[in-house]
Formats: sequence, structure tokens, C-alpha cells
Amino acid sequence: MTIKLVAYGIAKDILGKHQMEIQLEAVNNLGDLKEWLCQQYPDFQKLRSLSLAVNEAYQDDDFALNTEDEVVIIPPVSGG
Amino acid sequence: MLDIQIHSTPLDTQTCIDFTSHPNAGGNTVFVGTVREFTKGKKVLRLEFESYEPMAIKEMTKIAKLAEEKWSTLAISIHHRVGVLSIGELAVVIAVSTPHRKASFEACEFMIDTLKETVPIWKKEIFEDGEVWVAAHP
Repeated sequence: MTIKLVAYGIAKDILGKHQMEIQLEAVNNLGDLKEWLCQQYPDFQKLRSLSLAVNEAYQDDDFALNTEDEVVIIPPVSGG
Repeated sequence: MLDIQIHSTPLDTQTCIDFTSHPNAGGNTVFVGTVREFTKGKKVLRLEFESYEPMAIKEMTKIAKLAEEKWSTLAISIHHRVGVLSIGELAVVIAVSTPHRKASFEACEFMIDTLKETVPIWKKEIFEDGEVWVAAHP
């Protein structure tokens, strides 16, 4: 399936870009995607936390992915 | 009453205070977060904030609604800055009014503490010899 990735903060630096489209097989939910990200970009494993958002909200690892979904990578936040 | 905004221009504390003024208010607590010059002894030249704006607005609204419910607040205003900030500039302003002062102190502290944990906003500290995304690594 096709997933659109959007990255902010240090996640943008790790990915090397703000947005990219990826083609994935054998990825069903956000947990699978997180695993794929950490394998492809090992620097994600060094972060204090790694969250994923779909539909402008945090989602759990068991959130089912559909093709064309936009997933936003949320590294540790530091507002305020 | 909630007023949640993200600005790329300088924040105005009085705007937030004015929003939360209310005839039933007995107390108004205002938190102002500013850019500090030194981090662990290193001189900061400037900060760069970026946000995932639609979700940041939603998450700040969620926090304000939780505070509204728990402390029966009269009005809440949260304004967060993004972009490039110099030393001393305002990064965030949170104002809240309640009938009695204790609730406004507690609600304000809850909101800034939770904002720092959940709202998708990131800051990068720029030093003379490099830059770092704050709190990214353990």
C-alpha cells in the first residue's frame, strides 16, 4: 500500500525531508510501520520517544493502516 | 470560553488577559514562557519553533477543555509562538480566570505542564557552535 509520511522536528532531519511517499507490503498497522521506520532509519531508535499520528491525533500501534493514509511522525515534543 | 491560537508574530500578554477577564472572576493566573539565554552553561543565540499546527491546536484545545472541566474555569487563553525567537521573547502565554485564585493557579500549572508533554510543537536551540532539537534524546 501507499503511505504518505510527514515529519517534523528531528524526525524531518532523520528522514531527510518533510514529506515522502512510500510503498509498503506486509505493513498492516502503525506498530508495523514504526518497526519499519526504525529499521530503515536507525536514528529513530535513539529518540526518547516516537509517536505516530493519523487524522491529526495520536494513534496506538494497533491502529489499522489503509492505502493513501497520511501518517505524521511525532518525535519528542518540546513546546512551551 | 476558550481562545487557542498559534502565531508566527510576537505574542501579546495583554490580549490573553483581556480574553479571560470575566465579571465572575476573582483571580486570573498568567504564565509566560520566555526564551532563556543559557542552557547548561551554553549561550543560546536563538530558538526555532515549529508546529504541526492543526494537531497542535486540537491538543491545546483538549488540554484547555480538561482544565475547564476539572477547575470550572471561566475563560482560558493559550497563545503559542512559532518561528525564530530571540532571547527574552515570549514562546507561550497561558491565561486562565476562575472565581477563586487557587483554582486558577492549579489550572494554569496543569496546562503548561501538559502542553510540554503532548502538544506537537518542537524547538531547536541554536548555539554558536551547533544546534540541537530540545529533549529529542534521553
